[in-house]
Amino acid sequence: MEILLVIIIGLLYAAGIYMMLRRSLVKLIIGLILLGNGANLLIFLLGKIVKGEPPIIADTEKMLGEIYADPVPQALILTAIVISFGLQAFAIILIKRAYKVVKTDDLDEMNATDEDL
Amino acid sequence: MSNPYIVLPVIFQLFVAVVLMFSWNRKNLQKLISVIGSLIALLISLLLLLKVNQEGIQAMQAGGWVAPFGITFVADTFSALLVLLTAIAGLAVSVFSVGSIRNARIKFGYFPILHLLIMGLSGAFLTGDIFNLYVWFEIIIISSFVLLTIGGEKAQIEGAIKYVTMNLLASVIFLTAIAILYGLTGSLNMADLSIQVAAVENRGLVNVTAILFLIGFGIKSAVFPLYFWLPASYHTPPPAISAIFGGLLTKVGVYALLRVFTLIFIPDEFLTWVISIMAMLTILTGGLGALIQNNMRKVFSYLIICHIGFMLAGLGIYSTIAIAGAVFYLVHDIMVKTNLFMVSGLIFKFKGTYSMRLLGGFYKEQPLLSLLMAIPLFSLVGIPPLSGFWGKLLLIKGAIASSNILMIAFIILGSFLTLFIIAKLWAAVFWKDGAELPRKKHIKYFEELKPLKKKAMIGSIAFLSVISLGIGFGAEWIMRLSMTIAENLMDPAPYIQAVLGI
Repeated sequence: MEILLVIIIGLLYAAGIYMMLRRSLVKLIIGLILLGNGANLLIFLLGKIVKGEPPIIADTEKMLGEIYADPVPQALILTAIVISFGLQAFAIILIKRAYKVVKTDDLDEMNATDEDL
Repeated sequence: MSNPYIVLPVIFQLFVAVVLMFSWNRKNLQKLISVIGSLIALLISLLLLLKVNQEGIQAMQAGGWVAPFGITFVADTFSALLVLLTAIAGLAVSVFSVGSIRNARIKFGYFPILHLLIMGLSGAFLTGDIFNLYVWFEIIIISSFVLLTIGGEKAQIEGAIKYVTMNLLASVIFLTAIAILYGLTGSLNMADLSIQVAAVENRGLVNVTAILFLIGFGIKSAVFPLYFWLPASYHTPPPAISAIFGGLLTKVGVYALLRVFTLIFIPDEFLTWVISIMAMLTILTGGLGALIQNNMRKVFSYLIICHIGFMLAGLGIYSTIAIAGAVFYLVHDIMVKTNLFMVSGLIFKFKGTYSMRLLGGFYKEQPLLSLLMAIPLFSLVGIPPLSGFWGKLLLIKGAIASSNILMIAFIILGSFLTLFIIAKLWAAVFWKDGAELPRKKHIKYFEELKPLKKKAMIGSIAFLSVISLGIGFGAEWIMRLSMTIAENLMDPAPYIQAVLGI
């Protein structure tokens, strides 16, 4: 399981950065989304995966057993997912708007901000 | 150990933003609420600083969860001082917005977002939890995205794409670093991390994590070679928005660097060397970049980068006195950069352009205003006894003490470049004979504004200029404060004690 996750995380980071280096706006956003997913899986992996031991205290017990799944990484991932949701929604609207205003999705042609005003 | 008033500056800004949202369509009411809210926020932060100064570091455990399990908020002198400066800049920008922001932008929720941005900044300064810091950073960037694009002009949208991309990338890198840090230590509380990271045996991975934090915060604070998004975006939104960005957004990155690299990762020789090199190149490239620009706001954008280099230099030298210098410079820079972008906005209102080639003769037309504008400009250069001088003095003292000759050379070079650029700007905008500029129809010129708006714009510039003068002439007091902060940063034991109670 861990090995599989490691490979997936590596692929997501690599694909994300590759996509970000393209000139197309859409690929830029897809790259960012892939990177974000890679980071979320990384938190999950580094939080030490434990199978079938939910962090729930049984009625008869006073505290958790020796081995249990750490709930903190899941809380972190949940927060990160919600945040990236909002940011990505904004970014997608932004590129749509940019396409309308600049009439191109080629990043190399977006150089109005470098003009000497 | 629960002191709920620590989060009051944060919660109060949220409260103001919510009240503003309820008066969505009433523009004048929004302006009034924003200014009064900012005034009260200023008072609250002042009280917080006084309390911290008297009673030492204050900590609050959110929800009563004992550290390191819950989220902690910590107010030490550094945090409280920065919250106060944020409130001051927030008040000035709020008043300036009353005069300069168009009604169309107010209709799209300019004021609520501004207060949410200030809330995010205050939260980032006060939190004692690394993941919570990430959340505050996200609140800051999403608010800044909206402020940057509000109005939707072509240059704004293009600038925003570069800004959004780099900031999202920085967030992902920051998140990656947090993931590795959590995997290494199993903790997120910054005070607890300070103890845990020191005990980790896998030093290689600790160093990699430190570098990831350096890159993540480096993008946000615009250091060499990660700053290219800044001059592409900061000159595009209205001046009031540039002012709050230029004053505070990069500085929160610097704050995070100073905090993380004194509390969690104690830099070894390699890391201080990397930071020093970055600082020197930031000073050099920022200064040279500003030298060739013709747009006033772009000049100031590059000068932000140049002066971020000074603060990074303090971290690179890594001694109490150098960090005190960086803190002093941070205090001075927040006030002056905010003010300078407002100054450029006011000049634009008179002349209708930011181009230094076209501008001219401002001193002849408005001698009194020009003298007022000279205060932030010359404070930036750091002509003694104005505020920019003292921070650099401490930095150079620190560099001499650690016999870092190269760093002294670059700090002096940076000061010289700043002096040259400001002199050039002063000659071009204020002294040169100005040609008659064509009137543009879509701009509302200063003469056409209502008296209240005129007073608001000039008043906010005068307010920040007085504070800059205060920092310069009251340098002894600020210096003592900076020394306290630097001592607290270099010796994190009291911080850890206040949070964990050990």
